[in-house]
Amino acid sequence: MNMNMRNPHWRSTVAAVLTALSATAIGVAQQRPAVPASLQNYKPVTAERLRKPEDGDWLMVRRTYDGWGYSPLTEITAGNVARLQPAWVVSTGVNNGHEAAPIVNNGVMFVATPGNQVLALDAKSGRILWRYRRELPEDVLNLHPTSRGVALSGEKVFFASGDAVLVALDARTGREVWTTKVEENRNGYYMSLAPLVADGKVVVGTSGGELGVRGFVAAFDLETGKPLWKVFSVPAPGEPGSETWPKGDQWKTGGGSIWVSANYDPDTNLAYWGTGNGGPWMGDQRPGDNLYTSSTIAIDLASGAIKGHFQYHPNDSWDWDEVSPPILVDYTRNGRTIKGLIDVARDGYLWFLERTNGRINFVQGMPFVKQNVFKSLDPKTGRPEIDPEHKPGTGKKADHCPSLWGGKNWPPIAFSPRTRMIYIPANENLCGTSIGAPVSYTAGSRFTGATTTFYVAPGADHIGEVQAWNVDTGKRVWTHPFATSPTWGPMLATAGGVVFSGGTNDRQFRAFDASSGKVLWEFPTNSGIIGQPSSFMVDGKQYIAVQSGWGIDSRGMQTRLNEGSPGNFPEVPEGGAIWVFAVK
Amino acid sequence: MGRRLILKGGLHAGLALSLPAALGAQESPASLRPKVGDLLVRVDDKALTPLRADDIPIASAQVLAWAMDPVDRTVRSGSRLNRLMLLRFDETGLSASTKSRAAAGVVAYTAICTHTGCDVSDWLPDEGMLYCPCHFSKYDPKDGAMVVDGPAPRPLPALPLAVADGKLVVAAPFTTRVSFDPA
Repeated sequence: MNMNMRNPHWRSTVAAVLTALSATAIGVAQQRPAVPASLQNYKPVTAERLRKPEDGDWLMVRRTYDGWGYSPLTEITAGNVARLQPAWVVSTGVNNGHEAAPIVNNGVMFVATPGNQVLALDAKSGRILWRYRRELPEDVLNLHPTSRGVALSGEKVFFASGDAVLVALDARTGREVWTTKVEENRNGYYMSLAPLVADGKVVVGTSGGELGVRGFVAAFDLETGKPLWKVFSVPAPGEPGSETWPKGDQWKTGGGSIWVSANYDPDTNLAYWGTGNGGPWMGDQRPGDNLYTSSTIAIDLASGAIKGHFQYHPNDSWDWDEVSPPILVDYTRNGRTIKGLIDVARDGYLWFLERTNGRINFVQGMPFVKQNVFKSLDPKTGRPEIDPEHKPGTGKKADHCPSLWGGKNWPPIAFSPRTRMIYIPANENLCGTSIGAPVSYTAGSRFTGATTTFYVAPGADHIGEVQAWNVDTGKRVWTHPFATSPTWGPMLATAGGVVFSGGTNDRQFRAFDASSGKVLWEFPTNSGIIGQPSSFMVDGKQYIAVQSGWGIDSRGMQTRLNEGSPGNFPEVPEGGAIWVFAVK
Repeated sequence: MGRRLILKGGLHAGLALSLPAALGAQESPASLRPKVGDLLVRVDDKALTPLRADDIPIASAQVLAWAMDPVDRTVRSGSRLNRLMLLRFDETGLSASTKSRAAAGVVAYTAICTHTGCDVSDWLPDEGMLYCPCHFSKYDPKDGAMVVDGPAPRPLPALPLAVADGKLVVAAPFTTRVSFDPA
C-alpha cells in the first residue's frame, strides 16, 4: 500500500485501527454473504456429546477422552478396504507439517493447518465453508510451526494460535468470539497443541522447552476466555516437588513443555498431560530429579491441582520429552483388572500404569525399541537405573539409543477394544550422541546447551515400524517394518478391523489388518502424512480423513538421515492437502 | 464512536490485509533494521564497545552482534530479527559476491533462519558451515550463506560491511528481507 505516513489523516486513521485491532487481535475470517445451510443447522457440541460421541462423529483429536483414536464405524472392513478410493481432496494452501486431525461434527469438518489457519468444510463434498487465518508477528517465536487440531464446544471452535494466544471462533462463521493471551511469545512461549474442552473449561499448555520456558497448563472460561487457573509443570520453591530442583533459580527456566493435549477421565475429573524434558538439555546443569519434567501429571480440572504424577526418567539428558499423554485403558494382569494408563514413551519404553483418583502407580515397563540407557527398572516404582556410560553431560559426549527423537515421538498410538491391541508408530534402530556445553539464558533465545549427532544402528535392516501389542498380555503381536523410512504417522483404529496410518517418506497412506498387520491397501498422496487420521459418517456412509503435508520433525529427521547416507533419503515434497476416502 | 467509524472505513478500504505488516514493523529506533553507518557491538557487551575486524576470530564460530546507532548509541536490539552473526575468513576463500560485501574478511548475516525463524546458533567447525539446530539447515558463510542442506528455502540475508576509523560499520541494508514463514 502506498501510504504517506506524514499525512496526519492517515496517521490518525492507522493509529485508531491499530488501537482497535491490537485489543482484539488480528484474525480475519473470509467474508461470505450468507451462512451455508449446513452451518445454519450446526449441531451444538454438548458436554454429553463430548463424553459419548455419536458413532459417526469425531469431536476431538483422538475422538474420545480416553485417547484411543478409535472409530466404532464398521462399514469399512478388512474385506473391502482394498476398494478404498479418494472421495475428495482439498489443498490447504500452506506448506510445512500438517499434524491436525480432521474434526467432524454432524457433517461439518474443522481442520487446523500450519499457517495458523483453521478451515471449515462440508465433510461430504470438501467444499470450504469458511477460512480463518490469524496473522502472526513477523518476529514470532515458534520452533514447531504447526497445529495438532482444534477443539469444539457449543457453537465454538477453539484454536491454540502459534503466538500463545487462545482463540475462540464462531463455528458458523469462523469469526473470532474472543481471544486470550496465554503467555508472552517473546519469552519463547508458543502453542502447537489442540485445546482440551472438559469440565466446562477450555484447557491448554505451552511449548518452548528449547527456549528456557517454565511449562504450564492453564484453563479458561469457555464463554469469555477469562483465565481460571494455571499450574506449572515445574514447581516453585516450597511447592511439592521443588525438592527435586535443589539449586538456585533453575526451576524458572526448567522446561516441562506441554506439546500435546491431555487425555481425560470424566469419572475422576483428572486430565493426564505429558510433559517435556528439562531445560537446558543436560541434566548435570540442573541437578535433581527435576519433577515434573519427562512425566505424566494428573491435573484436577476443577482446581488445577496436580494430584498425581509418574516420571518416566529423572534428570533427563537426552531431549526425551514425554510428548504424548498416556491413553486410558482398563487391562488385565495376572487375573486382575487394572484401571490403566498406557504410555509409549520417547525414552523407548512401553509403560503400563494404574490410574486412581490421584496417585499414578507403576505396573510394568519394557523397551519397545533398542534402548541402551536404562539398566533396569525398580520393580515397585518403575524408576530406571541409568547407565552413566550412556548419559551425556556438559563436556561429556555419550552415545544413546534411541536418538533424541525417541522410540516414538509425538504421533499418538491407537487402541482397539475389539483386538485388545495398541498400535504404535515406532522408530527402531535410531541412535545418536549428545554433548553439553554451558549456556546462559536470554529471553527468547535457544537454551539447550547441547550438540547432537544421529545415526542408524550398524546392521539395521529397517527403521520405522508399526507395532501391535496386546494390552492384557503385555506381549507384542505383530510388527510391520519400513525398510527405507522412519515413521511419523499417528494411528487410527476402527471397529471394521482396519488400522490406518501414514508417516513414511514415500507419501503412502496405508490400511493394515488390525489382527495380523498385513497391508491391505495403500495410496500415494501429494506429500508425506504426519497428520492424525479420523473417521466419520455422513448420510450413512463411512469416510476416512487425513491431512497430507510433510514437515517439522519428520523433515528434520529425513535431512539428518540423508546427511548420513547421501542420496538415500531424498526430500519429500511439501504442500498440504486434506484427503477423504471411502469405499466405492 | 468516531474511531469505530474510521476502523470500519479502513477495513472496507482493504486496509485489514496490510495491517499485520504495519503492526509487525517495529518503528522504535531500537527495532529498526541496521542502517548504513551503524556500528556493531557484541550482544552481551554492556560497555557497547564497537567491534573491529580483529575482534572476530578467523574461521571460527559466529560472533553474535547487534547494530548500534553511532550517534546516540541506540542498540538495535528491539527486534530479534536484528540479531546478526559475524564471521571472519581469509578473503581469498570468499566467493566474489561475498567478498564484495566483506570488510577485512568479516562477513555479516542475519542470525534468523529463513525456514521457521530459529536462531542459526551452531557452527560446524569441520565443514566451516553455519547450522540451524531446529531443522538442520546448513549455510555456507563463505558463499553468500547459500543453503547447502536442509529445508531452508533461501540463503540468509547478508549485511554488507565496511571499515571506518578501524571499526566495522554497516555499508548497506540487508541484501534481502529478514523473514521466514511464520506458519
